[in-house]
Amino acid sequence: MYRYDEFDQQLISERVAQFRRQVQRRLDGELTEDQFKPLRLMNGLYLQLHAYMLRVNVPYGCLSAKQLRKLADIARRYDKDFGHFTTRQNIQFNWIKLEDTADILAELGEVEMNTIQSSGNCVRNITADPLAGRAADEIQDPRVWCELLRQYSILNPEFSYLPRKFKFAVTGSPNDRAAVAVHDIGLRLHLNARGDRGFEVIVGGGQGRTPVIGKTIREWIEPEHVISYVEAILRVYNIYGRRDNIYKARIKILVNALGIERFRELVDAEWENIRDGQLKVSNEELARIDAYFKPPAYESLPDLDDELASLRRVDPDFDAWMTSNVAAHKVPGYAIVSLSLKAPGRVPGDMTATTMDGVADLADAYSLGELRVTHRQNLVFVDVKQEDLHTLWEQLTELDLAAANIGRVSDIIACPGLDYCSLANARSIPVAQDIGRHFAAAEKLQEVGELTINISGCMNACGHHHVGNIGILGVDKRGKEFFQLTLGGSSDQNASLGDRLGPGLPQAEVPQAIEKIVDAYINKRQDDERFLDTYRRVGIEPFKQAVYGPVNSKKQVA
Amino acid sequence: MSHMVIANRLHDGLVVFLAADGSWVDSIARGWLAEDEPDRTRALQRSMEAQYANQVIGPDLIEVTEQHGVRMPVSIREAIRAAGPTVQTGRNA
Repeated sequence: MYRYDEFDQQLISERVAQFRRQVQRRLDGELTEDQFKPLRLMNGLYLQLHAYMLRVNVPYGCLSAKQLRKLADIARRYDKDFGHFTTRQNIQFNWIKLEDTADILAELGEVEMNTIQSSGNCVRNITADPLAGRAADEIQDPRVWCELLRQYSILNPEFSYLPRKFKFAVTGSPNDRAAVAVHDIGLRLHLNARGDRGFEVIVGGGQGRTPVIGKTIREWIEPEHVISYVEAILRVYNIYGRRDNIYKARIKILVNALGIERFRELVDAEWENIRDGQLKVSNEELARIDAYFKPPAYESLPDLDDELASLRRVDPDFDAWMTSNVAAHKVPGYAIVSLSLKAPGRVPGDMTATTMDGVADLADAYSLGELRVTHRQNLVFVDVKQEDLHTLWEQLTELDLAAANIGRVSDIIACPGLDYCSLANARSIPVAQDIGRHFAAAEKLQEVGELTINISGCMNACGHHHVGNIGILGVDKRGKEFFQLTLGGSSDQNASLGDRLGPGLPQAEVPQAIEKIVDAYINKRQDDERFLDTYRRVGIEPFKQAVYGPVNSKKQVA
Repeated sequence: MSHMVIANRLHDGLVVFLAADGSWVDSIARGWLAEDEPDRTRALQRSMEAQYANQVIGPDLIEVTEQHGVRMPVSIREAIRAAGPTVQTGRNA
């Protein structure tokens, strides 16, 4: 993991001291709310429906056991004993007092964490493949580039007041687990025929009320130039992006307005001026950062295929968990284990302080003290010995973190929705809980296979509904909550936006509608087709008929 | 339709209601029910003064109904805001 150096530590300390003074001035009445709001947002402090909410950065989803214990401690002492993992691989606390915030920031600084730029019109937490550095299918660990981008963008004065927020995602694998196509800038590593590495740069993707799959602005750029090229994009956006209308201010609107060709011309013209300047990444600088991400000293272990197969044969629950929650590690004898925060009936992404402590202990015992947060609101142990898998599974079961549903129908992304969020129109979490309970049976989950459901409580799409295989959008219709379904969304390397299925449904009808969609898929699927493959082959009509009947019902209109 | 003023308290952000004596209370049952236009005007004026005095943030006049002696905001959003999340984790559970 990256470790703060003396410059990082000084920067964080000074920032905490500055915010402490700002909070005091607000409490003393020297600052109005209008004056204070941009200051608190730059430190990740929102005011939500019920209280202040503090968003803590987890850079590219990497977390140590020590840091998780500190988060548990903060949840226990300053919040209501829990935190919420988010789709930016961060964690949020929902019940924070303004008067406590500076103390919390100081405590976070002690474990090399901060909240800087977790809100505001600036570069937000950079997200990455949660399996970075460990996945068997990876070209290169993307975290070194994420860290370079983090250091480049943190408190960068030129880009502290962009037209709107700005989100990066980076993947070092051809199998995109970082949703790079729906980010303001997505970086995807490739290998060319000579075995050289280079980035594909994708720009102008995003969700919200105007969902867009990003466009490739550059097929290939040498890694040494990626920071300068990113700066050229940011600069063009900063100059030409709209500031008159918050709904038209994201870079996707600019790219669409200019067209990708014209946008590329502007970026290339800017890039020519800076490409060989100080932003060119030197080998020395790359090596300095890369040293933080050196793989741990793995033991020389054999793969345990036969032993694990025997255990799987006698224990169907362990078998189901191995199928959905365990992924291949690049080192023999090791495995990558996903911890599901989506056991039936649970609030997606929420975790109590006691469970955080338990997870930290397991990370120390079984994963070299490190874990990852995923954008699907789960956690990952990245360095588990295969010989420990069965024991770990038993211990995760005790913590209710071993639901065998990763990537399955009950592994639902859900934004906080109207239960917490001041922007939401409808509740997301109860819908996720209903669906989770409806599909609680492990056999059903395995029968259905890979199928993602994403739920947002409003069109801002924090729950990524546009790119769920099944997307659910909560809307307010004459004071009542309704839920519109979309099908066919995906955030992987073949990203697509979902198509609207039909009129919105009341909450009580959503689980049955999902079941009808799932049954229609099982009826239509060929061989090992995933839901998404079947949908792309047969189109929306069979699913529409399954949910609404041969003729659209008029009983619900939303 | 009856109205009340809802807001968030500055120092801890928690939801509060304007009471008849001008104080802010955390229970909707103890808040001031503004029954007519002059009451609503006075309630809003007091809440704005409280905002300028940095006691509360974002005071807002909301519609409230009363059924079987229990007050409830009319909109789902404000009902959840008044009663707390409908889902539970941690010490909410």
